Amino acid sequence: MIEALSFPFFQRVLIAGLLASIACGVIGALIVAKRMSSVSGGLAHAAFGGVGLGYWAGFSPMLGATGFGILASIAIGVAYRRLQSGLDTVISMVWAVGMAIGILFVAFTPGYAPDLMSYLFGSLLFVPWSYVYLVAALDVLIVLAVWLLFKEFQAVSFDEEFAEVAGVPVDRMLYALLGLCALAIVTLIRVVGAILAIALLTIPAAVARHWTQTLQGMMCVAVGVAAVCTVLGLFLSHALSESLALSAPPGPLIVLSAAGIFGVSAIARSAKGRR
Amino acid sequence: MSVPAIELDGVSLAFRDTPVLEDVNLRVEANDYLAILGPNGCGKTTLLKVILGLLRPDRGRVLVQGRRPEKSRGTLGYVPQHARFDLDFPIRVIDVVRMGRLAARPLFRPLGDADHKIAQRELERLEIADLALRPIGSLSGGQLQRVLIARALTLEPKVLLLDEPTASLDERIGVSVFELLKELSQEMTVVLVTHDIGAISQSVRNVACLNRTLHCHPTKELTSEILEATYGCPVELLAHGQPHRVLGPHGDES
Repeated sequence: MIEALSFPFFQRVLIAGLLASIACGVIGALIVAKRMSSVSGGLAHAAFGGVGLGYWAGFSPMLGATGFGILASIAIGVAYRRLQSGLDTVISMVWAVGMAIGILFVAFTPGYAPDLMSYLFGSLLFVPWSYVYLVAALDVLIVLAVWLLFKEFQAVSFDEEFAEVAGVPVDRMLYALLGLCALAIVTLIRVVGAILAIALLTIPAAVARHWTQTLQGMMCVAVGVAAVCTVLGLFLSHALSESLALSAPPGPLIVLSAAGIFGVSAIARSAKGRR
Repeated sequence: MSVPAIELDGVSLAFRDTPVLEDVNLRVEANDYLAILGPNGCGKTTLLKVILGLLRPDRGRVLVQGRRPEKSRGTLGYVPQHARFDLDFPIRVIDVVRMGRLAARPLFRPLGDADHKIAQRELERLEIADLALRPIGSLSGGQLQRVLIARALTLEPKVLLLDEPTASLDERIGVSVFELLKELSQEMTVVLVTHDIGAISQSVRNVACLNRTLHCHPTKELTSEILEATYGCPVELLAHGQPHRVLGPHGDES
């Protein structure tokens, strides 16, 4: 197991995964506490539209994903704030429309058909250093924004109306939250994939909710749980290929590790009998 | 005469095609203690949200201390109905109460010792200082109500607006909240809305009845006719066995 750490590619994957855990834990705690974790799914799939557009028009799919992610977060924000009802409906629409656009554009693209699966579950075995730096930059942005604006993020997540009465710019805070979420997903989509981004945003935060009573505590525990899932999934993948010669991609294993930890946590929590 | 705390002039608001408020006129003087009474679904919460600037009326003018509500942020304290809260949200009582200080601390400015002292003072005024570190999910309805009042007071408002402040309080707690509101009305304007006729204690100075349209009663005289017009059916005035208020003359049916 430990010998895996001597491979440079494994080191880069591990560092990228741990850095991704920071972004996912912090943003995940906010969206799970606010009960809008499905925005992660909506944004992740909306980004596919941009990936497809990028392939077709010949520019970087990541650029397209970023553009579509930002557009989708604005659409979700407008639907939530202006139309009042139907956040879940809009998320589902953004989700489906993003995928539909992506698939259409990929079909239009002549010749080489890119492997969309790699955008779903990522390709964790190939992580260049430049990507590690990108995730680190994302972490700095997210941690700084949440640290400097913590009291506003907390107030808006807990009670938008009171926050507004107290003079907090609620609209701008919500767009900032959705925008950070979109940036996190788009950054993670290339290597960890859309599904893993959703899993790392929601499952560790849900586990953290079992054991913490403050938003700050929930963020810290969520980061820790995400890191544990990432490490567990990567080592499981390595162990399976070493001992059983199974080439199991690490992305799905990370998701399943997270789900397993959630199950254990939920059982332990109800055994402890709190609420 | 000073500027009125709240002034509504011909305010109307409809949701889709359903009128909720129709030509509401209201003038609340500074340091008044007003109860707005009306049946469920008559637009009480909507009226509060219009005053708070959370909803924009279709017609009419709203002024809070002579300014538009959006310009009066930080002078209005709001105590929402506690029943609509997500009690699963990971937050402690003290964190909720400190939210009132957001009005005094703009973006990027952390709360300081002075803010924490004010929050502590309001926790003690509401007699919930011992709950400070409890998660809100562990509170009873009455305790949460006090937390929300403390939060609104931490904002140090000029006008305090309360939505159904007695909704789940038992009689003993309810009475002492009213004593507190009476005390507070010495230093700020207090407006509460309720569907609970018995909740209007003797301390309320004025009563308005709302059922889409508003009827103001500058005296404390509440008669069965007035209530009947508001509730749309004969209403019997009850005193709840408490030394509450001197009631106006009843109609024939009592």
